Parts: sequence; C-alpha cells; structure tokens
Amino acid sequence: MSIGHTLLGLLESGPRHGYDLKRAFDEHFGQDRPLHYGQVYSTMSRLLKNGLVEVDGVEAGAGPERKRYAITDAGVTDVAQWLARPEKPEPYLQSTLYTKVVLALMTGRDAAELLDGQRTEHLRLMRGLTERKRSGDLADQLICDHALFHLEADLRWLELTAARLDKLAAAVRG
Amino acid sequence: MSGRTRPRPAAAGGPRAWARDLAMGMRFAAGGGREGWTRTLLTALGVGLGVTLLLAAASLPTLLENRTVRREAVAPAETERPVPPSPRTLVQAPLETAFRSEPVRGQLLRPDGARPPLPPGVTALPGPDQMVLSPALRKLLHSPEGALLRPRLPFKDVGTIGPAGLVGPGDLAYYAGSATLTPENGGHRIRAFGVTRAPEPLDAKLLAVLIVGCVVLLMPVALFIATAVRFGGERRDRRLAALRLIGADARMTRRTAAGEALFGALCGLLVGTVLFLVGRQFADRITFWDIIAFPSDVTPVPWLAALVAAAVPLAAVAVTLLALRRVGIEPLGVVRSGGGRRRRLWWRLPFPAAGIALLLLNGGIEGSRSTAGPFLIGGGAALFLLGVALLLPWAVDATVSRLSGGPVPWQLAVRRLQLSGGTAARAVSGITVAVAGAIALQLLFSAIQSDYLKVTGQDSSRAQLQSTLPSHDIGTIRKTISAFRETEGVRGVIATIEASASRPGPLRKGETFAPSTQVTVGDCATLRELARTGPCKDGDVFVVKDAGGQVEGSYIDETARPGATVDFAFHDGPDGAGKRPRLWTVPRSARTVESRKDPMGQDSFGLFATPGALDPALLEEPMARAMIQLAPGVLDAVEHARNTAAGISPLMSVRALRDTVRDGQYTSVRTGLGVAAGATLALIAASMLVTMVEQLRERRRLLSVLVAFGTRRATLAWSVLWQTAVPVVLGLALALSGGLALGLALLRMAGTAGLDWSVVWPLPAAGAALIAVVTLLSLPPLWRMMRPEGLRTE
Amino acid sequence: MTPAGSLLEARALRKAYGPTPALDGADFSIHPGEVVAVMGPSGSGKSTLLHCLAGIIRPDSGTVRYGPHTLTDLSDTHRSALRRTDFGFVFQFGQLVPELTCLENVALPLRLNGTRRKAAEHRARDWLERLEVDDVAAKRPGEISGGQGQRVAVARALAPQPRVVFADEPTGALDSLNGERVMGLLSDAARATGAAVVLVTHEPRVAAYADREVVVRDGVAREMAGAA
Repeated sequence: MSIGHTLLGLLESGPRHGYDLKRAFDEHFGQDRPLHYGQVYSTMSRLLKNGLVEVDGVEAGAGPERKRYAITDAGVTDVAQWLARPEKPEPYLQSTLYTKVVLALMTGRDAAELLDGQRTEHLRLMRGLTERKRSGDLADQLICDHALFHLEADLRWLELTAARLDKLAAAVRG
Repeated sequence: MSGRTRPRPAAAGGPRAWARDLAMGMRFAAGGGREGWTRTLLTALGVGLGVTLLLAAASLPTLLENRTVRREAVAPAETERPVPPSPRTLVQAPLETAFRSEPVRGQLLRPDGARPPLPPGVTALPGPDQMVLSPALRKLLHSPEGALLRPRLPFKDVGTIGPAGLVGPGDLAYYAGSATLTPENGGHRIRAFGVTRAPEPLDAKLLAVLIVGCVVLLMPVALFIATAVRFGGERRDRRLAALRLIGADARMTRRTAAGEALFGALCGLLVGTVLFLVGRQFADRITFWDIIAFPSDVTPVPWLAALVAAAVPLAAVAVTLLALRRVGIEPLGVVRSGGGRRRRLWWRLPFPAAGIALLLLNGGIEGSRSTAGPFLIGGGAALFLLGVALLLPWAVDATVSRLSGGPVPWQLAVRRLQLSGGTAARAVSGITVAVAGAIALQLLFSAIQSDYLKVTGQDSSRAQLQSTLPSHDIGTIRKTISAFRETEGVRGVIATIEASASRPGPLRKGETFAPSTQVTVGDCATLRELARTGPCKDGDVFVVKDAGGQVEGSYIDETARPGATVDFAFHDGPDGAGKRPRLWTVPRSARTVESRKDPMGQDSFGLFATPGALDPALLEEPMARAMIQLAPGVLDAVEHARNTAAGISPLMSVRALRDTVRDGQYTSVRTGLGVAAGATLALIAASMLVTMVEQLRERRRLLSVLVAFGTRRATLAWSVLWQTAVPVVLGLALALSGGLALGLALLRMAGTAGLDWSVVWPLPAAGAALIAVVTLLSLPPLWRMMRPEGLRTE
Repeated sequence: MTPAGSLLEARALRKAYGPTPALDGADFSIHPGEVVAVMGPSGSGKSTLLHCLAGIIRPDSGTVRYGPHTLTDLSDTHRSALRRTDFGFVFQFGQLVPELTCLENVALPLRLNGTRRKAAEHRARDWLERLEVDDVAAKRPGEISGGQGQRVAVARALAPQPRVVFADEPTGALDSLNGERVMGLLSDAARATGAAVVLVTHEPRVAAYADREVVVRDGVAREMAGAA
C-alpha cells in the first residue's frame, strides 16, 4: 500500500497537522499496523520535496512546534492518477505453500499432514477474523472479509491439492 | 427431426401450428425420461380404467339384446290351434323348479317321430330318462350342495347344451326325454322352438330413470377421465416453463401441454381397449348382480365404441386447455392465478338452474301417453350435475377461507386447502356428482317403485310354499299330502281336496244350468285357515259364505243348505247326461260361517267338510292343493319340499308365496343401474387414491423434514384425513342438497310426492365409507414417504 | 476416549446405502454451547453423520449417546419425541411448510410439543424479531426471499429452545451476504441459549463461525488438530 498516496488523499479534505494525519490514517486503515510518527514525517518531507504538499502554517505551543500541511494542485492530480490506476492483481504463481508441498513429496515426507496442518492454521485464523468481524464495525467487517475470502481461496486450494496429492506425487517423482 | 431453418413468428394458430405443437407435446410425453413415463403411465392407467368402463357400458345393449334373443329362441313356439302329430312334431312340458334362489329351467320332451324339432344348442334329443344339460347345471349337480337338487333330476346325463341354447354361462337349464308324455297328461305338442315377441316400449317413467341413470353413472366416469388427464400436471407445467424460456409463446406451450395429455389419453385408450378385451374373457367367471355373461356377448355397439374413441382424446385436449386457463406459464416459472383471484359464484349458478329448467320443459312423465325425451331429460340432468361439479370449487373456497385455528393436523390441512382448494375440489367432484345423481335417482326410483310393485294378496307368514297336484286320483292325493307332511323341515300342510257340487234334479224355471257350489274337504286345522269355523272336530260340516263378497249368500244357499242333498257328479260335459249321480246329504247340524282369505289370498266358499263327514272318494275329479308351512330355521326346507314334489310327479311345481312381485322391466332396469353404480364407486375410489398419492409424492421432501422435526406419524395421518375429509364433507353436503333438488324436480315430473329419506342416507354414508377406505389405503405410501431417505439431496 | 462433559457423542458409526458405505467408523462429540463444523468433500458422509447424530436414521452399527440416552437403542417413537423436545433443525431448502405463514411455521415445532397455539405464536413472534424477520410473519414462504426464509427456518429451529441444533448446509442456497447474516444470527442465538450446533457445510467461511471443525473423509470423521 502506498502510504504517501494515502496521506495525500487524507489531506485533500483539508489541511492537517502531522499528528492528525497519523490519527486519521490509523482510524481508517491502520487496524492491523498503526503508523509511527517517524513514518509520517519522513513521508511528508518526501512529498514536500516533490511539491505535492506545502506547509500551510506553523503553530507554536507548549510542546514541539506543529506544522500544518496542505495539498497542492500537483498533489491533487497525483491522487487522482493513483486512484484511477488499477492495482496489479497478485497471481501468487509461486507460493511458499506450493513449494513446501512439492518438496515434501520429493523428499518422501507426508504431504497430506502438511496440508492438514496448514488447513487447521488457516481455519484458526479465519475463526479469529470472523470473531473480530462480528464484534467490529462496518470497516472491520470489510477488512476481515477481504482477508477471509483470500484465506478461503487458499483453503479451497488446500482441499483441491489434498484431493489430487496422488497425481501430484506421481508427476513430481516421475 | 424436421430441419426448420427459418425462424418463424410463433403466432399463427392454424392447423399446422396445432399439429406441430401437439406432436411436440407427444414427443415430450413419450421421451420425457423416467418421470415423464411415470406420468404418462398414470394417465394411461386412469384413462384406461375409464375407457374400460365406457366400453363395458357401450356393450350393455348388445348383451341385453343377445340374452333376450336366446331366451326367446328356446321357448316352445306358440300356436293358436292344437298341432296334429307328425314326424316333425314333439310333445313338450315345462319342468320349472328352482334351486335356492336360482331358477332351474327344464323341458320334458317326447318326439312324435323321426325328425322332431331340436331346441337351440342341442344336437340330439335325449331319450327317455336321459337329459342334456347346461355346463353350469352339471357343475351344480356334481357339487356337494347339488345333492339337494339331484333327486329332482333323476335322468342320465347324455350331453351338453351349447351356448346357443343358453341365456348366459350361468344358466341352469336341461332337456329331459320322456316316453309317456302326451297332450292328455300335461304335455303340449309343438312344431318348433322359438317365439318372437314384439319388444315392449319402455314405460316413460322407466325410460326417464334409465336416461338419468346413464347420465348419473357416466358423468363421474367423464370427470374421472378429466382428472386422470391432469395427473402430474403441476410438475409438467413447471417443465413447460423451460419451453417458454427458449422462445415458445403462451399458446404454443398450452398446445404442447395438450399434446402431452393427448398422448396419455391415446395410451389410455389403448390400455382401456386391452383391459376391456382381456377383462371380457373373464365375464363368464364374474357374477355382477346375478348376471354372468358370455364373453362374446360383451361387445360394444359399434357407434358407441367409435364415440368413446373419438371423445376421449378430444376431451383430453379440451380439459388441458381449460385447466391451463388459470395457470400462467411464464419463462421463469408457473404462476397460478387461483391463489389470488376469488372464485365467482355468478356464472356457476345458471348451470343447475338451466338443468332444472330443461327437465321441467319435458313436462310430466306420468300416465301412459307421456314421453321422456332423451335430450331434454338427459341434457337437463347432465347440466344440473355439471353445475353441481362447478359449484364445488366455489363452495370449497368459500368455506375453507373461513376456517382457522384448531390442532396442528387440522391447521396443516386447512392451510393446504386454502392454498390449493381447486385440486381438492377436483378430487372430490367425481364423488359429489355421483352421490348427487344417485340420490336423485334413488328418490325417483323409490317414489315410483310402488307403481311397479304388485301386492299379490299372498301372506308368506301363514304358509311359505304352494303346490297344485296334477293327479285326480284320491289315493295319489292322500299319498302326496302325507309325503309333504313327512318332508324334512315342513311344519304343517294346509291340504284341501276340492270339487264341485250341484243341486240334483231338473232345472227350474229361468235356469240355464243347475246351481252349483264348491266343495272343500280338509281337516279342522286346514279348514280353520280357510273359514272362521269356530270349534271344529272331525265329522263336522260347514256352509261357508263368501266374505270376499264375490258370490251372494243366497246363491250359495240354493245348493249348500243344511239338510239339502247335493250331487257331486259333473253333468255339463259331453257325456254328462247319462252319468250316475253321486248324491250326498248335508247334515242338519252343519253350521253356517264366514269365509277367510287363505294364505294365497283367495276366498273359498260353499261346502266345507271334514274327512269324517264326507269321504273324498265320493267326489268326481277332485283337485288337491297344498300350502306348506316350513319350520323356521331349517336350512333348505324348500329344496326338500321340491324334491318330495318331484318324486311324485316331475310336472308338479312348487312355488314360493310372495307378498309382492315386481314388474319385470323395473327389475331389469334396477339390476343394470346396480351393476353400473358399483363399478363407478370403485372407479372414484381409485381416482381419489391416485390423486392423494400423487400429492404426497410431490411433498416427499417436506414430509421428510417434518419427520426430522420429530413430527408424529399420527399427526400427519390426521392431516391427510382432514385434508380429504373437509372437501368430501363439503362435497357430500352439496351432493345432498343438489341431489334432493334434482330428485324433487324428477318427482314433480313423475307426479309423485313423498320424499323417502331412508333411501337418501345410505348414499352419503357410502361416500363417507369411501373416504375412510381411501385414507386408509393412502397411509402405506404416506409411511413410505416419511422415511428419512427423502432428506438426502438428489 | 469420551471427552469429559460431552453432550452428544457418537462412536464407530457405520452406515451403508446399498453396497457403498456412507459412514465407515465415524466418531464425534460435542459439548454444550459448542459450535462444531462438519466439513468434507461432497459424498463424504457429512449429511449421513448428521442424520445419525440426530436420530433421524439408525446406523448399521455404532452408538450415539445423548445425555443419559443411547439414541441408537431407542425406538423410533422415542427418537421422534427427543427430536421434538431437544433438537432443532435447519436444512438447505424445502423445509418450510408452504401453506403455513412464517409465524405458523415457527410455531409449528412448539405446537408439536403440545404448546398452546396462542403461547406458541407469541414465542414464535419473539424469535422472528430476534432474527430480524418479524415483518414477514404473516407471509407465506413462497412470498419471501431465500435469506428471509432461511432466517425463518433458524427461528423455527431455535424457538423450542433445543439443546442441539442440527444445521445441514444452512447457507447453501444463499449468497455470501445473506449467508453471513444467517450464520451470524444462528451462532449468536445458539450462544445466547447455550445450544450446541452441529453445522454441516462445505464453505470454509461458514465453518469459521464454528469453535472447531471435524472433517469427514471416506466415511471417517477426523478431528482437526488445535481443537483441544
């Protein structure tokens, strides 16, 4: 995820202090991984250098001085371009799991056990996400669902692979 | 397959479009996989049953006609003048008897020469003391119970009567040979067998009964066929929706549906014909209300058979198109408008009203000159009953929508009926029409039956059998009477020896013949049955006045007077003048008493004497009558008495006393209606059962789910019962009121009042019994469908 | 070994339809208040296991214990009575009586237990509210959407306060959103009443609503690791 573009997008609704930016980011997108202040300021300095934001004013107070950032026209254009650009779908063509299964088969280990173990782990995570989804708000639900659907896809793959292990073993060893 | 390359607008409804769509429907029905075949088979079986019945009904005229022809062919030819003996004549005497309730028809034959006429079905006349007999009679004689009949037929079995000489396979008939029979000792000389009697025109009332009967019995069959054509229709409709999806318009799908029904109906026609042809081979083994028929007699009248063959497929198409009128087959499913739209009463009511109007238009059917128009009466009755069938769905809807509450089975049943009252009504429309018609018919029947019931005046509580002895020999008479007295099961014999007595001496002024009177000799017990004798002992004589009022007392007094002399000799004959008088003086002690009707309902009068007072040997040509009283509870006492009579003379007949006799036409009409009613009821039961089982089959999965819930079997069984019982009770109520209305209209036409409730109640009762039977029979399939296997995903 | 305190427990269940075995020595147990997902490829014997556990069918061999009862020894009448009082059922489709209204459908099991009509319908209405479908109470099943119908079915399964709810692909005929809602409501309601839920499903996201999962393969039920 592009933190720079996200922060720019947040600024589009109005100038903010660095601290406000972090809070807003965490609230909407940071459920899994909140931003450090360091990340915010290093990103802002890069954006300043590229002329996508400008300092709107400095507030002196009891604590450290606080800069207010505002988005520039170039910044708005940049956000628009980023949003319009489709994300490249992740094909997962060479996943770790696949590698593990093939290796297990090649070395004569029990690949079914490996798959079952992975399956259990996936479902455990899915149970946790489901639990969190049920107690959370709409944003939580959407985020969890995104993960759940991906995990479900993995799980389906696990089931399918488990059902085809014999064929795969033959192909790998042959 | 036709390679249609050009897309054509599916609008044209010409004959070609019809043919194309009907053919497509037929292909669907024939190639619809297992489910399609099951449905076609059900329809074919249902229609087939109906067709079998219709063909049987169409055979009735042939059957009755053939039976009449053969019955007339075996009767001795009637002649106006005595026939002189020749090599081509024979002497014949009837040997009528009966075994239990079956009549046994025999003829005693003695040929006059070498070439006597042969009765039909007989290749050679039996010689003296030989007989030819029907297969049924031979079977009876060889059976254990036939032992009672054997003494009456002491002849040697020398041959069989062929079918040409028998009315039906169950006919008990024989011809016995005699060496001594002459016209003088009871015989009758004939030149040929066979009589032709002009058919009696059927009485207008009976004709009306017959017409109404046909309508009443065939309407339910028609309804049944209409129902059978719709077997599995709901599932079929859903399948047709798929046709709409690929571009068929509504009319095309309807015609395709009609094509499917047509295929089922054609299969049904085939099944029915086969069933009929196979079934009639068993006609000689099945007794239907006393009728056993030769298979060859069960042949449909050609134009009636053609009518059946044409009407059934046409009806199938028409019924399907009509039924689909309320069903919208849309590309994405089937929409039944029945649920939303309420059934209207206004267009249904005119049907029964018009029916009654047609009936009344025919006018009265009483009196000998009135007529019964088949179209007015038949059409009226048919319209009325059709109206009843049309009112039923409305009545079911109107009633069921007001029902609610109650225990679970009731709730399930009521809600189901609210959703699909039409199906329920269709299932019971057959029984409603049948019961309504039967009530009307029974009312008419019971009201007119007194017209066809003759009171004989006989009193079967005083004596049960009656026999007239052919012999005039007093010794034989005495022997016969004592033989009857000693017969097993005989409690008493009222035996009289009768002759006449006249006043001796020359004729008086104004007389053309000597006044005469009856003489009756019998013991006190016998005389007490014939006159109010008061105290009586052997040696008493009575002068009996005719209480019946036919003969004046003064005329009797001219001969029978205490103290008068009478002459028993008969002087009126050609040799009468020179006869020696047989004089006897009436004792002065003779008391004058009133006569009393004997058990035969006849009055005797004149001189009554006990054997101690008058020796019967003095009488000329005495005649003996015996009325036999049987001991109640002795099985086959009648047969023993008949055997006794036959032992004395084969020509002596023993008849049972009957309080009433029915008119023959009336009896045969009643028999025919009875036969048909039984078959119709059975058909209705079959139809209801099929409908019920089909309903259950459609709900198999739901039933399994309910079982998973732990629903008790009894709960579902009760719900099935209620679901059947509610429309049936409604149907019976409608049938009762409709039947009474139609019956009263018919009674009015017959000019008879008098509503006989006792003939009305058995019919709803029979209907209710039918429901019980249907419910019971549908329980095993219900149990089967309640198995959890239904939960497994297909 | 018998897991201590289990509510429903099956041992070595075998059941064959014709020559093909549907269950071939399956074990299973569930605790009060627990939601257990039964997963596995189609035709693996999931539904047969559920039917045996619920006493709808009797296995060819093996035992099913429920509290003090051995279901496999009880007569059909007794098992039916138990299903009425202690068990609730949700199926994939075709389960609502089409001619009864939704309210009457929910009240039906209560009435089968002998509850009077008024009381049963009152309670049924409560449950329709809890499953957020009280607005369709007076409608017939044919007039409502699949999701609503399934929620009505859940209300019907839970209304008699069963100790075990058997759900056979309860979301199988629904889209994901409706499926999620139905599952959420079902597991919430089951937890609120302390009912155990046996949940047969082939969808991992639905199985994720369970506390643990059991996989049936070739007629044998396997407890997945990490459940203990």
